[in-house]
Amino acid sequence: MSTVICKVEDLTKNSGSCALLTQNGQQQQIAIYYLPNTEQKVFGLGNWDPIGQANVMSRGMVGSIDDELVVASPLYKQHFSLVTGKCLEQDASLPVYELAIEDQNIVLKS
Amino acid sequence: MSKLKVVVVGNGMVGHHYVETLATSDVDAEITVIGGETRPAYDRVHLSEVFDGKEPSDLAMTTREHYDDLGVNAHFGDFVASIDRDAKTVTTVGGQQFSYDKLVLATGSYPFIPPVPGHDQAHCLAYRTIDDLAEIKASAKGKKVGVVVGGGLLGLECANALKNLGLEAHVVEFAPGLMGVQLDDGGSQMLRRKIEDLGVKVHTSKATQLISSGDQHRLKMEFADDTELETDMIVFSAGIRPYDQLARDADLKVGERGGIEIDYQCKTSDENIFAIGECAVLGNFIYGLVAPGYRMAEAAVSQLSDDKVSFTGADMSTKLKLLGVDVGSIGDSKGLAEDSRAFVFSDERDDVYKRLNVSADGKKVLGATLVGDCDDYDTILQYYLNDIDLPENAENLILPALDGEAPSLGVDALPMTASICSCHNVSKGDVISAIDGGCQSVADVKSCTSAATGCGGCAALLKNVVDFELTARGVEVNTDICEHFKHTRQELFTIAQSSQIKTFDELIEKHGTGHGCDICKPAVGSIMASLWNEHVLESDLVQLQDTNDNFMANMQKDGTYSVVPRVPAGEILPEQLIVLGQVAKKYDLYSKITGGQRVDLFGAKLNDLPDIWSALIDAGFETGHAYAKSLRTVKSCVGSTWCRYGVQDSVGQAIDIEHRYKGLRSPHKLKMAVSGCTRECAEAQSKDVGIIATENGWNLYVCGNGGMKPRHADLFATDLDTPTLIKYIDRFLMFYVRTADRLQRTSTWFENLEGGLPYLQDVIINDSLGIAEDLEAQMQHVVNTYQCEWKTAITDKEKLKRFTQFVNSDKDDDAVIMVEERGQKRPATDAEKKRLAFKAVS
Ligand code: SRM
Ligand SMILES: Cc1cc2nc3c(=O)[nH]c(=O)nc-3n(C[C@H](O)[C@H](O)[C@H](O)COP(=O)(O)OP(=O)(O)OC[C@H]3O[C@@H](n4cnc5c(N)ncnc54)[C@H](O)[C@@H]3O)c2cc1C
Ligand code: SF4
Ligand code: FES
Repeated sequence: MSTVICKVEDLTKNSGSCALLTQNGQQQQIAIYYLPNTEQKVFGLGNWDPIGQANVMSRGMVGSIDDELVVASPLYKQHFSLVTGKCLEQDASLPVYELAIEDQNIVLKS
Repeated sequence: MSKLKVVVVGNGMVGHHYVETLATSDVDAEITVIGGETRPAYDRVHLSEVFDGKEPSDLAMTTREHYDDLGVNAHFGDFVASIDRDAKTVTTVGGQQFSYDKLVLATGSYPFIPPVPGHDQAHCLAYRTIDDLAEIKASAKGKKVGVVVGGGLLGLECANALKNLGLEAHVVEFAPGLMGVQLDDGGSQMLRRKIEDLGVKVHTSKATQLISSGDQHRLKMEFADDTELETDMIVFSAGIRPYDQLARDADLKVGERGGIEIDYQCKTSDENIFAIGECAVLGNFIYGLVAPGYRMAEAAVSQLSDDKVSFTGADMSTKLKLLGVDVGSIGDSKGLAEDSRAFVFSDERDDVYKRLNVSADGKKVLGATLVGDCDDYDTILQYYLNDIDLPENAENLILPALDGEAPSLGVDALPMTASICSCHNVSKGDVISAIDGGCQSVADVKSCTSAATGCGGCAALLKNVVDFELTARGVEVNTDICEHFKHTRQELFTIAQSSQIKTFDELIEKHGTGHGCDICKPAVGSIMASLWNEHVLESDLVQLQDTNDNFMANMQKDGTYSVVPRVPAGEILPEQLIVLGQVAKKYDLYSKITGGQRVDLFGAKLNDLPDIWSALIDAGFETGHAYAKSLRTVKSCVGSTWCRYGVQDSVGQAIDIEHRYKGLRSPHKLKMAVSGCTRECAEAQSKDVGIIATENGWNLYVCGNGGMKPRHADLFATDLDTPTLIKYIDRFLMFYVRTADRLQRTSTWFENLEGGLPYLQDVIINDSLGIAEDLEAQMQHVVNTYQCEWKTAITDKEKLKRFTQFVNSDKDDDAVIMVEERGQKRPATDAEKKRLAFKAVS
């Protein structure tokens, strides 16, 4: 099943944005990263920074460390893998959401 | 056992070093120090800097509080009048008596004033203490001409001081040449030419016979050759004499030409009395420099402990800048030894003179004289001190290199005992053990060994040794900015500038690898901004901005933002204050006056930022760049407009400067301040650029820092008019922007700048690199292309796109929870959040 979240044009290249998703009556914030120069192009992680304790991950800077695509927390700069959600420096991780681009829409696969 | 009572007479540089060394040693001593001057020890070596704008307090080497902390009893402003060797007591002029187990004489010396008739009238002065400086300043005030009697090292330094006070300076010397003690004839003549070019009048072979009152000026000097010279003041600097009267009265042995006789342990003829520093004579020789004095102090302290050290003499080589002229003298500088053979190089076009004295077999350096160019000093000194065999063509050591670099002595050739820093007695071995102990950089070694923190003359040598040793250990001195670019920030700047690269994508494609990271991206963003000054939210640049730049606001701990409008110089209209209040009220923002003379509004939601800024911009505010690595504030005091002491309009100047440099992106944030007089209420000396008004213009200070590692700014130039001031700041800032590492404040940049202040002054003031025009043009470009980033953004839909909490909803972040405190809101603590959630459920 795919749920449409937003349009590609709502996103900013090589940056993150945040979407609000209601599933089973529960609200979830998803950080969406749009990296047009990569194969996968869109990546989804939880927006809650478990170390900084705030909903900010979508506003972190994306990049790569040793070939692994990462986002840095905007609060205290720990890096999280865009693919696995694992934190590179500390014992922490973010939930990973499987996203795709379909007809210029960003959709959540599940 | 009761404590050993140690009494130190004299609190000059050497006396102080003794006290400090003893107090921090294992010896259990009760220390009393009696200083004749009213203030605790200060740095006499840098006395003349008080004429360049330093305050006497800047020279202080210690304070009464520091002595208190060390448990030292200190008495200032009272001279010891007598010693009773039998009772083991000393008595002061003020009548106080102190008993001792060990007595240390560190009474130094006093200026010799030739007994010329008339020498004791008003405006005939000496140059040795801080009090002397005050008298010289007072006497020079409003006057035209000053004479220094004595063309030695101190005399020339004093002539420079008179020149800085705005006087026409003359040097009157009895001997046929200047600095006769250190220089041979050739060197002395070259020095004279250079000094005369600087406008100092030199009179040699002049014996003063009478000082009478003058016709045009206060005084008239009459010389033995029937010539005369009129002047407003005379400063005597005709040599020094040891203060040894105390010792003579106590029947201690004194040298033939004065000075308290000591042995290798610094003991006088009484085994309970030591003498150290400039009052002591060892083997008929007085060591009139600080470094040997410090070694004596250490040797004398060690006699009270188990591991005793001797003082067996010291090297008297010196390297100085006199009136801006480099002068160096090493060992037997004049080649007086019988088997000495000289190489001499003289260049009358560039005014350089060098003489190298070697042994008859050409194997060893015996001494050297250098005037006008001291680049070879360090190398020659190391050959000399370490008795290293000279290479085949020793003359190359002083000849200008025809192609490529002059031969330099590889630091690996130095023995472990080679002295690297004589001020702090640090040998090559000490540097190496510091590195073995974990030091990884010159800065580490400096803080661990104190090397290069005294006169600073050894900095270049220290860097060579450290770099060599680190490389030898396979420590690659890696200066790459991060894994994505094999370049330093400075190199990236040059690449982007010369290839006109304007986007990160192009830069990383051509000169890097991977996708970039949170280290290189903001650094490149900053470089792009300094070079091309496009809006930070241009589509190619957005990805480079760190969170704060990205939303042009500072993120707070709960994900909300703060808003800081610019308030140039802290001057604000009542109407604007009202608007700030209205906006804060409307958007429910916590308000606080910042440490930078403006107002910070906290707790703004991401999606409210554009509306908040619209309201502020309507009221005439601009962005304050509180989120950017760029100019923050130019703090100012109220200045001459209101303050009874102000000598210039500091507010006006600060406003102009804030407007000029606002928006300049730099390696780290920049702070400036302008004070209206020397009371310095704007704290300009703690800023990257500090400006202090003087009667004649503005004094410019650079590279200060508050924050984690405070650093006092250095005085860079004095009495500037406004156009010159702005010109220097333009050049200075752009030079910093071009050459600093990422996140390097001006203070750390400066600490790592080879050549230090003189180099920086040379680049900025004398344009030694020939880039001044370029730097100014680049700054002008930034000034011309300034835009208020917020003003541009609020009218640009594409840029505003990102100022939403959610791309697909208008809701707010439900994790942001505020509570009230002291009438304003603030983020709830975890405990408060839990309590609130519990209440909501129940
Ligand atoms: C608001 C303010 C404190 C206050 O309530 O007064 C403040 C707040 C912050 N300072 Fe500051 N500093 C403030 C004045 C200062 C001062 C005093 C001054 O400017 O006169 C200093 C010492 C002076 C100096 O910088 O030399 C100061 C030294 C720092 C430092 C240490 C810098 C250093 O070189 O050691 C940091 C950390 C950094 O920049 O890496 C810092 C960083 C910060 C940050 C940006 C921390 C952060 O990343 O969240 C704070 C963000 C504020 C915000 O969200 O708006 N702040 N900070 C002051 C804003 C002044 C302004 O109007 O712009
Ligand atoms: C302008 C100037 C520039 C110099 N430049 C350099 C340089 O570049 N490099 C270098 O190595 N050296 C330089 N020197 C020399 C250096 O300052 C001295 O070698 C050094 O200060 C000697 O230290 P001291 O403690 O022995 O004597 P002093 O610093 O003279 O201190 C002696 C103190 O003892 C006090 N005193 C004397 N008698 C009594 C008493 N009976 N009771 C109580 N107190 C007493 C005096 O008032 C004085 O404060 C310079 C000196 C001057 C004046
Ligand atoms: S001192 Fe620390 S806590 Fe206070 S404002 Fe500055 S950075 Fe924040
Ligand atoms: S020689 Fe003076 S600081 Fe090292």
